[in-house]
Amino acid sequence: MSRLLGLYAAAAFAFLHLPLLVLAIFSFNDSRFTVWEGFSLRWYRALLGDARLLEAVWNSLFVALFSTLLATVAGTLCAYGLWKRADRLLSASMYLSLVTPEIVTGVSLLAFFQWIFRSFDFRLGLHTVILAHLSFSIAYVVIVVLARLRTVDPSLEEAALDLGGTEFDAFFRVTLPSLLPGIAAAALLAFTISFDDYVITSLVAGVDSETLPMVIYGMARRGVNPEVNAVSSIIVTGLGILIVLAERLRED
Amino acid sequence: MLSLRPLFLAPARLLMGLLFLAPLIIVFVYSFLTRGAYGGQSLPLTAESFARLADPIYLRIVFRSFWIAGVSTVICVLLGFPLALFIARSRRRRNLWLGLVMLPFWTSFLVRTYAWMFLLRDTGLLNTILLSAGLIRGPLPLLYNDFAVVLGLVYGYLPFMVLPVYAALERIDPSLLEAAADLGAAPMTTLVRVIVPLSRPGIVAGAVLVFIPCLGAYLTPDLLGGGKSILIGNVVQNQFTNARDWPFGAALSLAVMAVVMVLLWAFRRGDREGFL
Repeated sequence: MSRLLGLYAAAAFAFLHLPLLVLAIFSFNDSRFTVWEGFSLRWYRALLGDARLLEAVWNSLFVALFSTLLATVAGTLCAYGLWKRADRLLSASMYLSLVTPEIVTGVSLLAFFQWIFRSFDFRLGLHTVILAHLSFSIAYVVIVVLARLRTVDPSLEEAALDLGGTEFDAFFRVTLPSLLPGIAAAALLAFTISFDDYVITSLVAGVDSETLPMVIYGMARRGVNPEVNAVSSIIVTGLGILIVLAERLRED
Repeated sequence: MLSLRPLFLAPARLLMGLLFLAPLIIVFVYSFLTRGAYGGQSLPLTAESFARLADPIYLRIVFRSFWIAGVSTVICVLLGFPLALFIARSRRRRNLWLGLVMLPFWTSFLVRTYAWMFLLRDTGLLNTILLSAGLIRGPLPLLYNDFAVVLGLVYGYLPFMVLPVYAALERIDPSLLEAAADLGAAPMTTLVRVIVPLSRPGIVAGAVLVFIPCLGAYLTPDLLGGGKSILIGNVVQNQFTNARDWPFGAALSLAVMAVVMVLLWAFRRGDREGFL
């Protein structure tokens, strides 16, 4: 039975990983069609000449960097506060934010922003995308950092306080340094989910604030396109590296 | 000792309140407003949007969404359980296998959905291979139907099933399995009568975690269903964009949220081991 299970597992891993692998291989295909006609970098070169795509890459990086920075700070502080003492309302709303279907999160943020715009002169744009990404990435940061905090010995902080340190000293000089790998892992994960998001982003982005997933979606909607194969391969490779790095840091 | 704690929680409280709870409240309010002539929404308050949920057109879409999400969840259980069992039984490479399950979850959902478009379309890789091998005469209609949508959902959410089932399997006391074997149970009997019942909390947790995003799916039916396989998520999106009937879109969103909350509530009551 265990051999059968091993064979099954191999098939299951192939199912999970082959589609992206095949896509990556065909991104180097010289032909526009699904017939192999030799190795070529033409689709990658085509990407470099696509001004709309390049602008979207910058927008995505900008949004991901900002939302990650804010989510990491807020999420780390929150995890620390929750580690000290649980807070049911806050935990429950984070938990709910993780399981709420993206389309619901997206339309509710859109309705919220539109309601705010009635009273203030404010428009949809990259700033609303950053705020939207914050709403779903904080919970991820809290989970990862809290997992790290559970390995921290609380008596170390007590010792710091007994020796005359302030609560700030206890946090910044005792606990925070030991959390750094976990915080870095949380930031990498927050970055990838922000960089990836399409559903929520497309609802709250303004007309002149297209992100990379929005451009890819537009191209994919019109059908399979070798340029999309190329940009997809770059994204998967790039994010894959970040994820492996995050896992290393988490296990550290 | 705890005096600074509110200060640490303040940013997250502010952001979650403003960017998650307040928007949900706004949607709640919008669902009771009247749709304006040009797509706006205004008073008076009405329950008309909720009454429209009972319209046979939408009822059919709701029913189909439950059906597609249910089928995808069952397939995820069937595919995910043996994979979790394999990981739980492997000794040395456990972290590697878990990493291989999680890696696709973290890498772009959009790109992974697109990869199936590339494989399944008429001139895609699968049809090309089957045609050139002479196994089929014309391309099989693999893309833009319910089959493609279920495939995409299973592919996308299988990791959500494997992880909790693995966690449940890992907690099973090995001496129970030895006892079953000592008492003469065949490996298959042990699996069906000991391992599966003991891992049930993990299976239920996985099923909840897979069913919820499948029920609210938008991207998968949109790209792999090609407009032919419309689910609740697509209707919600359409009401907030092209149709500009926000009160109705809001009512639909609330209906989805109600299902999500009931599922979570029912599950957490029976979840004594804290899988969620």
